[in-house]
Amino acid sequence: MYKIQYYISIVFFLFSLTFYASSEHDSISMPKGENPHQEAKSLRDEIKEDIQHHLKDSHDWTFFHSKIDGSGFTIPLPVILIDNGLHVFMSSQFHHGESIVESNGNYYKLYHNKIYKTDAQGTLNLDEHHHPTNAKPWDFSITKSVVVIILAALLMLWMFSSLAKSYKKNNGIATGFGRFLEPLVLFVRDEIAIPNIGEKHYKRYLNYLLTIFFFVWLVNLLGLTPFGINVTGNIAVTFALAILTYLITTFTAKKDYWKHIFWMPGVPTLMKIILAPIELLGTIIKPFSLMIRLYANMTAGHVVLMSILALIFIFKSWVGGPLSFGLAFALSLLELLVAALQAYIFTMLSALYFGMAVEEHEHEHPHEEAHAEHH
Amino acid sequence: MEKLINDFSYGLFFWQLVLFIGLIFVLKKYAWKPILNAVNEREEGIKNALAQAEQARKEMLNLTADNERILKEARNEREELLKEARSIRENMIETAKNEAQTEAHKLMEKAKESIETEKLAAIADLKKQVAVLSVDIAEKLMKDQLASKDAQVKLIDTMLKDVKLN
Repeated sequence: MYKIQYYISIVFFLFSLTFYASSEHDSISMPKGENPHQEAKSLRDEIKEDIQHHLKDSHDWTFFHSKIDGSGFTIPLPVILIDNGLHVFMSSQFHHGESIVESNGNYYKLYHNKIYKTDAQGTLNLDEHHHPTNAKPWDFSITKSVVVIILAALLMLWMFSSLAKSYKKNNGIATGFGRFLEPLVLFVRDEIAIPNIGEKHYKRYLNYLLTIFFFVWLVNLLGLTPFGINVTGNIAVTFALAILTYLITTFTAKKDYWKHIFWMPGVPTLMKIILAPIELLGTIIKPFSLMIRLYANMTAGHVVLMSILALIFIFKSWVGGPLSFGLAFALSLLELLVAALQAYIFTMLSALYFGMAVEEHEHEHPHEEAHAEHH
Repeated sequence: MEKLINDFSYGLFFWQLVLFIGLIFVLKKYAWKPILNAVNEREEGIKNALAQAEQARKEMLNLTADNERILKEARNEREELLKEARSIRENMIETAKNEAQTEAHKLMEKAKESIETEKLAAIADLKKQVAVLSVDIAEKLMKDQLASKDAQVKLIDTMLKDVKLN
């Protein structure tokens, strides 16, 4: 069953690569076809651009797109801008970056998946790194990743609320797909939350841990489907998740946690002074590492998988197809593991940090503990 | 790093944060709470059922032990009863035997006594009859012998001789 799915997924990847649109990259202010560089662009650069394009979030959801005649299947998504008032319009108005959109007297242009404020002609001032220096409005668009996040959220809500309902229907025993989900829920509780946080406090964090585990896993898995999804390979997403872990750790931390950061017991006073900034920095590095780990793993997976698929176009012979297929198939299996593993690591480490925050060092100062317990 | 910061999408960050926090709360209400409650309930149920089974097993053991004990007691009691019955029977036989013996003895004594009496009576009777007979005989003899006057005188003489006057 999985093999068939992955075979299909790879075929879809091939399609999405074959017809991937990147016309907006080279037609900044000139109509299509008049760009002299377009023909000269090498295949390798084109592939590189395609991969770059895939890794980034986008304002519409392109399933496939032909570079030759511009046909394809793209779902336009709403663009929401805050720039002296609210500007809402559909992303189809950009025509993949070819058109300038006028909204309430302001002109906007899509360039490399970012929206810039321009004049009526759509002039972009590029600096020496080819980055536009134009002003960027606050962009709260419902992008492809936001749509996928919403879909994942709805999917989770459907899966787990149906699991919750199945208990009532079947006298306390899960039915159907719930039979698969329940052990996973129990795994998070028994193998992640309880061992890391402890029997006493784990219940407070369980909602967050369960949500983050299944969310990350599901979104990672969706990233393996052939719909060009890459949510967890987006630093803004992993940053949001990591900052939640950081905030929860910080705001639920007990006195003991802060004491161990600012005035480490059991070491000489000089060491206490040296340790305090290191420990304080550590509290930020921990969630930072969470953010980077998930982002880097998913990004790397997508880059490698797409690069392998691109071998077909590099080889352009009967060697390329089977080779690419074999490698991509093996790597897809690996990515399947990585998808679950990264979700597990993220949840596990979050639980570990929560555990540190609520840890009580009873053996070190029992008197204080008794006092704290009293309150 | 500069590229990462440059590419950082505030909008996506905002939506992810908002949607994810919303998701936590919605799932908490509609999924995690009911799921964990149901699982806990089930676990408690299993634990209770196991404890009950253990309890029942212990009770069963107790019951078996009790049964065994009761059976043993009953057996003992039966044995006791049998023993008692046996002894009673023996006693009864003994008493009966004794009684019978004494009775027999008595009867025998009585019989002996009556036999003796009868015997004595018979002897007495016999003696009487012998006496009568002998008197008769003597009478007859006398009649014959003392038919004559001489004989009578002679006898009287003899008799008189025998009588010693004191």
